Amino acid sequence: MSEMTKEQTEALIQEVLEVYPEKAQKERAKHLTVNDQSVEKSSKCITSNRKSLPGVMTIRGCAYAGSKGVVWGPVKDMVHVSHGPVGCGQYSRAGRRNYYVGNTGVDTFGTMNFTSDFQEKDIVFGGDKKLAKIVDEIDMLFPLAKGISIQSECPIGLIGDDIEAVAKTKSKETGKTIVPVRCEGFRGVSQSLGHHIANDAIRDWVIDPATGKEFASTEYDVTIIGDYNIGGDAWASRILLEEMGLRVIAQWSGDGTLAEMENTPKAKLNLLHCYRSMNYISRYMEEKFGVPWMEYNFFGPTKIEESLRAIAAQFDDKIKEGAERVIEKYKPQWQAVVDKYRPRLEGKRVMLYVGGLRPRHIIGAYEDLGMEVVGTGYEFAHNDDYDRTINEMGNATLIYDDVTGYEFEEFVKRVKPDLIGSGIKEKYIFQKMGIPFRQMHSWDYSGPYHGYDGFAIFARDMDMTLNNPCWDSMTPPWKKLGEETAIAAE
Amino acid sequence: MPNVMLRYNDKGELLFYVAKKDLEEVITSIETDDGASWGGTVELSNGDRFFIDPISPPPEFPTTLRFKRG
Ligand code: SF4
Repeated sequence: MSEMTKEQTEALIQEVLEVYPEKAQKERAKHLTVNDQSVEKSSKCITSNRKSLPGVMTIRGCAYAGSKGVVWGPVKDMVHVSHGPVGCGQYSRAGRRNYYVGNTGVDTFGTMNFTSDFQEKDIVFGGDKKLAKIVDEIDMLFPLAKGISIQSECPIGLIGDDIEAVAKTKSKETGKTIVPVRCEGFRGVSQSLGHHIANDAIRDWVIDPATGKEFASTEYDVTIIGDYNIGGDAWASRILLEEMGLRVIAQWSGDGTLAEMENTPKAKLNLLHCYRSMNYISRYMEEKFGVPWMEYNFFGPTKIEESLRAIAAQFDDKIKEGAERVIEKYKPQWQAVVDKYRPRLEGKRVMLYVGGLRPRHIIGAYEDLGMEVVGTGYEFAHNDDYDRTINEMGNATLIYDDVTGYEFEEFVKRVKPDLIGSGIKEKYIFQKMGIPFRQMHSWDYSGPYHGYDGFAIFARDMDMTLNNPCWDSMTPPWKKLGEETAIAAE
Repeated sequence: MPNVMLRYNDKGELLFYVAKKDLEEVITSIETDDGASWGGTVELSNGDRFFIDPISPPPEFPTTLRFKRG
């Protein structure tokens, strides 16, 4: 915060904490901090991945959301059954806007909701028979589905159904990949454990059984891991990699397929965008198959350029030249975007509160537009994410972990950012407070934001939101009149 | 007895990673690493110490090994 010093920010945190009872105060204090770039390890200043306190408004989701919604859901040629009552799947259906190509209901199933719709009798007598029947039905109705994943909702774990056994028998019968995922919502403290469980399920039920499958690989095979193709993100990233001469053999999991996942261990390099949700499987592939992985960032021209060069450095001169060519080619394109929008956005201050990656990855894109991120925080990050955040953020800026509704509002009132980027649950509160807001989980029905093409859309969206004429109409006309008369009377 | 994933980082240093603890630190010193065997007490950049019975021949990284708190 350019105009706030470290002491002021610290005082602000103290003030906000004051209303809590003593015990809660102590607990929450660990999750709020003032950024200090000289700190090497985030564990010295912030605690993360802990259970949210009862009574506060947390914005987190559940393990089922992390597995079905994030990791598995976008795998387009598989049917993902929300196993349990109907609500968990129906209320989250198609909300993340993972784009894909295909005929929905024929060979792709991304936006459909499949559920075993548990009733009382399934809870009392167990749902394994029903699950077996569902698998048969799916096999009959959707013969082009390449596989099925069973995404457990809370009751499955509670009543002790044996979905693994059903998966095994049915997989033999149908000859298709059937993956039981133990991602019951009560596991862990947030959706983060759901990612991990989903990664482990991919390891055990997809990658390992497919070892030895034939695949004609080349020297230039890479994969995009942890890109969910929100609004087309993965496509905007993929074209850059392909233009520099690489071959993208898999997208995880936006617009991805089962076959692509199976082929991933044959890649030369795994490119990891969302570290939080897919580092587990990347580490596994490195250890088991010797496929190295690296993190990259395709938000905003500065970071894209850095990332393209870092990726190219892993390959021969042909790719290195390719990277330079791509960087040169797109320079006029993004320069025009910066020239157009930077004067309109320069100096604006942003507060972010998103999931597990964007609170740090997107900072560069804002900086390219002359904006400053003055506060950031994650819903479900771990300390390795905060380690990666400290250097991206300015000194004396606010960092908040699993921020509560109350804290976030108070911070905003005091820091007075020009723009907030967060989720749908926060959106209307802040808009009603008169602060421009972008929903940064699914890009507010826009996107893509990755890559050079995405940057142009990102810049336009930020401008559209910040400089919208509606913000001048926050004071009703009669109050404005009052002001004027007051001035006139003086 | 945590399960530890060991891998090299970009700088060629050996990283000590415990998923459950979000612990990702560089190994700063290791008791035995003489080409014939690898192990003993390891010290991490944050000062933590762990122990593993020396393995010979030395393991190939990346790999997962079980360490004891030392
Ligand atoms: S917590 Fe349980 S019941 Fe709620 S959405 Fe998640 S899986 Fe469903």
